[in-house]
Formats: sequence, structure tokens, C-alpha cells
Amino acid sequence: MKSAAARRRWVIFAVAVVVLLVSLVIRSAYYQLVLTQVLLWAVLSLAWNILSGYSGYFSFGHAAFWGLGAYTVTLGMINLDLTPWLGIPLAAIVGGLAGAVIGYPTFRLRGHYFALAMLAYPLAMLYVFQWLGYQEVSLPMKRDAPLLYMQFADQRAYVVLALGLLVVALAVSLRVENSRFGMALLAIKQNEPAAEAAGIDTWRWKMRAIMLSGALAGMAGGLYAVVLLVVTPESVFGMLVSAQPLILALFGGVGNLWGPVIGAVVLVPLAEGLNGELGDVLPGIQGVVYGVAIILIILGAPEGVYWRLRDRFAKPRSAPLISAEPVPAVARSDARPTDRDDLLVLRGIGISFGGLRALDNVDLVVREGSLHGIIGPNGAGKTTLFNVVNGFLAPDAGEIRFGGDQLTGLRPNQVCRRGIGRTFQVVRAFSRMTVLENVVVGAFVGAHDDRAAEQMARAALDRVGLADRAAAMAGGLTTRELRLMELARALAPLPRLVLLDETLAGLGHDDLGGILDVIRRVREEGVTVLIIEHTMQAMVRLVDEFSVLDHGRLIAAGRPDEIVRDRRVIEAYLGRRWMDRVTNAVA
Amino acid sequence: MNLPPFLLEFLQALAAGVTVGGAYALMCIGLGIIFGSMRVINFAQGDFLMLGMYVAFYLTTGYGILAFLGPYAGPIIAAFLAGPVVFAVGWLVHRFIVSRVTGLGVAASEGAGAYGQIIVTLGLSLILQNGGLIVLGSTPTGIRTPLSRSSWKIGPILLNQARVVSFLVAVALVVAAYLFLGRTRTGKGLRAAADNSTAAIYMGIDVDRAHRIAWSLGVGITAVAGGLLASSQSFQPYVGFDFVIVMYAGVVLGGLGSILGAFWGGLLIGIVQQMSTLVLPYQLQNTAIFVVFLLIIFLRPQGLFGQLSERT
Repeated sequence: MKSAAARRRWVIFAVAVVVLLVSLVIRSAYYQLVLTQVLLWAVLSLAWNILSGYSGYFSFGHAAFWGLGAYTVTLGMINLDLTPWLGIPLAAIVGGLAGAVIGYPTFRLRGHYFALAMLAYPLAMLYVFQWLGYQEVSLPMKRDAPLLYMQFADQRAYVVLALGLLVVALAVSLRVENSRFGMALLAIKQNEPAAEAAGIDTWRWKMRAIMLSGALAGMAGGLYAVVLLVVTPESVFGMLVSAQPLILALFGGVGNLWGPVIGAVVLVPLAEGLNGELGDVLPGIQGVVYGVAIILIILGAPEGVYWRLRDRFAKPRSAPLISAEPVPAVARSDARPTDRDDLLVLRGIGISFGGLRALDNVDLVVREGSLHGIIGPNGAGKTTLFNVVNGFLAPDAGEIRFGGDQLTGLRPNQVCRRGIGRTFQVVRAFSRMTVLENVVVGAFVGAHDDRAAEQMARAALDRVGLADRAAAMAGGLTTRELRLMELARALAPLPRLVLLDETLAGLGHDDLGGILDVIRRVREEGVTVLIIEHTMQAMVRLVDEFSVLDHGRLIAAGRPDEIVRDRRVIEAYLGRRWMDRVTNAVA
Repeated sequence: MNLPPFLLEFLQALAAGVTVGGAYALMCIGLGIIFGSMRVINFAQGDFLMLGMYVAFYLTTGYGILAFLGPYAGPIIAAFLAGPVVFAVGWLVHRFIVSRVTGLGVAASEGAGAYGQIIVTLGLSLILQNGGLIVLGSTPTGIRTPLSRSSWKIGPILLNQARVVSFLVAVALVVAAYLFLGRTRTGKGLRAAADNSTAAIYMGIDVDRAHRIAWSLGVGITAVAGGLLASSQSFQPYVGFDFVIVMYAGVVLGGLGSILGAFWGGLLIGIVQQMSTLVLPYQLQNTAIFVVFLLIIFLRPQGLFGQLSERT
């Protein structure tokens, strides 16, 4: 992992040197301007990639940050006589703040809704800036102190500045990719609820991503204004500006720092060159060729140039997180079941969806160190109960206490931090990560640094007996392996309680025994287990205590042998008529 | 009848909003059909609208084919004919380009598919706009009819005749589209494919064909809306931009995936746009649309008629 990052640092260095050499060779000021634009659009595209490429939250509105950056530098210079040397850092701050202001409300949305909302911001700003009278603003010429105001006679100076910005953007991207920041964003992209339940504060990481992205885009927009000397609302807030980073990154390959650079290097000169050569005769030829080029590329290589080239030429690498060193033993959960205290206590929990009372006045006590089963027919409210406990849903009534602490009102990642892990009825894997990476995401909560997280993840895989599959891609696992991987992800940060949602569902008879053993072992190691199931047979062999839900109500609780004879339970499972027949037959 | 000036202005803006809203509603339905059945964000929708405007323009004036229909019926018939023309264009575009990046095969390939769709429609948009610039020129143009210069007077309220006629035509088409989707076999197939394309396949519905119909129908309907607008406003090849946000705002306002919702959403956006001139400067007219758009997205993302469902 470290060596890969070091290698990529060298590549960044090499790219910078090549660009510098190219800028020395080129004599024409026009081509140097094109080169500067390539670099600046690459920065915008990298900024876009940090938010949208890694986290999957597609932004159609990065022109907002770019345009605010451009106007910050321009208006700062006109009104406050502020030099771009300070204006561009200021643009970064403005961009970052805009990211916060935009992200705060907009991250409530997902998917298409997020993308469409982002589309609206720069277009609204466009009209506002027009209305404010900033139709066409020129940067004042400072002939007495050109250097102080970033006004160079030699275009190459701008190439160097833009290159500096690009190196910053690449370094930032590299750092994001190789840290838990990038891992968190990737987990969000692949399965946000699972990431949240695994203890990742999805909200915080998304906000960080959009602020970082906005800051980089703002700086690039600021320098763009300095280079072009004229700013109009259309040229900095327009749809084309928002579309540009999308096109460049999608063309080059999303989710990798080289994709946006490849896109910019290929497409920007192509567009500019065509415009320069043919713009007088055929005014829109640039756009047409651009459009044709990206459509052809997408039809030929929908994943983008970078990934296509990598798949073709790069040798299949082993997963990045694999190190051969032995795993040091990780301290087991310190809470041994010496005393049988109440660990999880639910009092009067109620929740409704529209008119449906999904949970109604549910009281439940899970004792520390127990293996507690919740059973009930389909639609009884079992999964809803888990969603309430781990914070996906806020109950309308009642309170939840965990080890004496109030749990009600906490978000899922905070619940996870308190020591509650969970799995899902339908396995929520990060399918494009390896098994180990999946579990590492879960381990971040309990680890101080990335290395400790990896060790904890390996230990968790050991515990469930999946260590030999650590390097496999999660997308290719069997149901049994997926269930175990999810269990390992929940166990990785050493929780006190795990919630298992129908972990046994969909498993054949052979697999079932293995998983039951793992669950028993987990409990023996001191972890309290709360498990949902709707088939009675497997559960009777497994748990020490049952709670039975039916139509959102807790209808019975007790030891397995008591529960299987309980009239209400039989009735709930088999219906009243069956009950009557049984009773009559006995009588 | 003497109304206080403010009330008069208010009613005048409301009337303008409703009449312009008819065409907006129609274009929103076009987009709504595409988004509802394919879940594709089509950036080129505004450019197909532009195409509809130019088709209507050339049919009416350029070649004089419809000159004998007279200045009243001519533009309307031309707007209608823009529908099938753009439908055919849409059919080809879907057959050779869009279908390669949408549909079931792509949906399975997780993530990469969505990127492909977005970039392809962006590419289409670039080609249509700039190709339009090359072929059609950048001079703003418009269909001039006697209707667009005269008004009917209802009490003190002036109603632009071209807009009223386009409103009536739009409403008639909306009803037709609604009946088509609700009553016919093809329409039901479209809705089934939209609801659950995998299940639709098992029911023997050709989902790829359903998508092609939805796409072509969607751009065709939007083109008719463009043809209708062409006689009450001037346009150039870049005009599509202005309408992309109008359409998305309308469709989201009504609820993504709901045809009836798209109608009401588009109508409301027209009203909001015209009413905003009462309190806002003219340049901020479109900003009002964005504000409504964002408010809807935040307060009721499922729209007025849509439903949200999610299961963990």
C-alpha cells in the first residue's frame, strides 16, 4: 500500500516535469494558453472527482464553486485592490464555504435528486450575478506592479501556476484515495446504509468531500479569471462549465486521480484546436466533435479510458491491502459475561408508518452475554425493531438504553460507536471491495489509525473463519461467505452487542451448521448476540432466550422450551384455526 | 369593471402563467415519460425541444408547405407534425446510441451504466446545439402569425391568442398521452417496464422496445411543445438550455415518474415564472424557478403526486 502510494507520487512528479518541459518547448503564446487551460480544467475535474467520483454523489453543479472562485478574485481585485496571490487562497475559502452551505441541505438527497438539485445552484447564481450587474467584468491592468498582481508578460508563468495547482489537486486526491477518507467515500458510494451502520459518519465525510472539492474548484476558477482577464456569468456559471468536469472525468475514468487528467489532456486541446482552426467557418464544430468523441468513447469504453487501459495493460494486481506479516493478536472484548446485567433495554417503543402501527409499545430486555432470539412471522416488525435500535429509524415513542446510556435519537454511526454492530437481512456488501477491505471499513470505528484497522479486520476474519478469503472480491462470494463477511464487519470494532438480521436465511442445511457454530463462538467470546429469525427450528437449538413479535407487539418472552408451547405463539405462527384443531385433537 | 391595479396585474400574470404553463406541462410530460420509464437523466431534452421549434418553423415558413393552410391553422399543424419528425429522430438516436448505455444489461453492471447514460445525453446535447449552430445559424428567429400579435380580452385581462391556442392544444395532447398510457396495450407495457423491468420481461414485455417507444414518444411530445412555443417566442439553437431546468423543475415538482404530476408540475412552473415578475426583477424570473425547484426537492422530494419507498 505504501509503495503504491510512493510510486504514484513519483508519477505525479514526472508528469509535472513533462509539463514544464513542454511549456519550455512551445513558443506560441496561444498554445501555452491552451496548456494552461488543460491544467485548470484538470484541476476542476479532479475536484469534481473527489466528491462525485469517490462518493458517487454526482454533481451537475461544480460551476457554482468555479464561478464563485472567479468572481472572488475578480471583485476582490476591483473593489479591494486585493492581489490574486491572496485572492486565490480566498477563493479556496469561499469555495469551501460554498461547499458547506450547499452540501448541508443537499446531502439530505440521494441519487438523481441530489444530481438535479446540484444543477440548480450555478444556474441560479448565474442569473443573480447578471442581475447584480456583473455581466462582463475585466480585471484591472496593473502596469506599475505586474508581478504583485499576477500579471505576467510570459504565458509560461501561468502554466507554472496552473501546474502548481494541479500538483496540489493530485496530491490531495492521492491522500484521499489512500486514507480512511477515501475508503469511507468508497463505502458510501457502494452502500451508504451499510457504511453508516458500520460506524462511518457518512454525513461528516460527505461534507468534508464537498468542502474540499469546492475549495479546489474555487482556486482553479480564481486562476482561470486571472488568466483570461474577463469574467462573465455565462463563462463561469454556465452549464458548459458544470458539464466539463463531468465529461473529462467520465471520459478519462471516474474514481481515480488519473482519469480526470487523461480526460483534460485529450479533450481540451482537441476542442480548443478545432475552435481555433475551424471556428470562423463552422462556429459550432468544437462542440459537435466534442460530443461525437465522448459518445464514441462511452460506447467503446463505458468505464473510461483509464480503467480500460489498466484492464488491458496492467498485470492483475493483488488487492492493495494485503500484507504478508502475521496478524498480532487483538485484545478481545473486555466485557466478559461475568455478571448478567441488562445490556439493552427497550421501554415502550412505538413507531408508525402512515396508518400502520409497525411497533406498538414494545418492551425488551437483552441481558449481557446472552444469545437472544427475536422471532415472529413476516411483517411482525422484527427488522423495524433493529432499525430503531441502530438508529435508521427514530421511534415515535419510548426509549432505548444500552449499558445504561440513552440510545434514542443517535444516528446509526453513533450507535455503532457505542458498541452495537449489525448485519442486514439482504446482505449489504461493498461489492467492489475485497473481503478484507469490507471488514476494514467496519473496523475504522474502533481503530486509531489505518494500520490498526487492518489488524482488527484480519482478527475479525479469523474469528468467523474467513481469513483465507481475505483477498477475494466481495462481489464473487457465496451467500454463506457473504453472511460471514458481514458478521466479521460487524465484529471488527469489537462491539458489545451484535444485531443479526436473518443471518440464517437462504442457507442450505450444510452451511447452516457452520454459521450456527460461529455465532455460538462469538457469544462465548463475550459478545452479546441479538438475532432475528422467522424459522423456529434453527433458533431453538441456538438461543437462550426468545422474544416473540406479532403485528408489532411483543406477545411472549422466555426460554425456548417455554416459548414453543406458548398458545399465543402457536396461534401467531399457525393461525387460530390450527390452534383450535390442535386443542380439540388433544381434548 | 374597475379592478385595483395590483389585482389586475395579479390576474394578468396568472393568465399569462396558465397559458404559457400549458406548453410547459406538455414538455414536462415528454420528459416525465422518459425519466419515468427509463430512469435516465436526459440532458438533451431541451435540444429536442429546440429541434421541434425549428421543424415547426421550417414547415410553416421556410418551405411554405403549409402556407395554404393559412396563418392560423398552419403553425399549429406544423407544431403537430414536429412530433412525428422528432419521434423518428429519437427512434434512431435510441436505436444506435442510447440503447447501448441504458436498459437491463447496463442496469446490472452497477454504477458504470449511470455514467454512460449521463455522458451520452450530454454528448447528444452538444451535438444538437452546435450542429444546430452550424446548420441553422445563430440568428434568433420565430414563427410570426397573426395570432401571436393579437389578444382576446376577457374583462380587463388580455390573453395572447397564440398562447391560448397552444394551451388548448397542449391540454388536448396531455389527455391523449394520458389515455394512451392508461388504456392501450403498448402504454400499459411502458408502465410495467417502468415499474419493474425485470418482472416485465418475465411477463413477456419487450423492455428494450418499450424503452425505445418511451424515449421517442418523450422527445416527440416535448418537440410538439417546442413547436407550439415557437409562435410566441423567438429562439436560436441554444434555446434548449433555458428549458432544461423548467422541465426538470416541473417533473420533480409533480413527482418523478408520475405523468399527471408532470402536467401539474409544468403548469405550476409556468405560473410561478410569470407570477414572479410581480415581485422580482425580470432577470430573476428563472431564479424563482430554481428556488421553487430546490424547495420542492427539500420539503417534498417525492413531489406532489409521487411516492417514496425504501426498505432496509
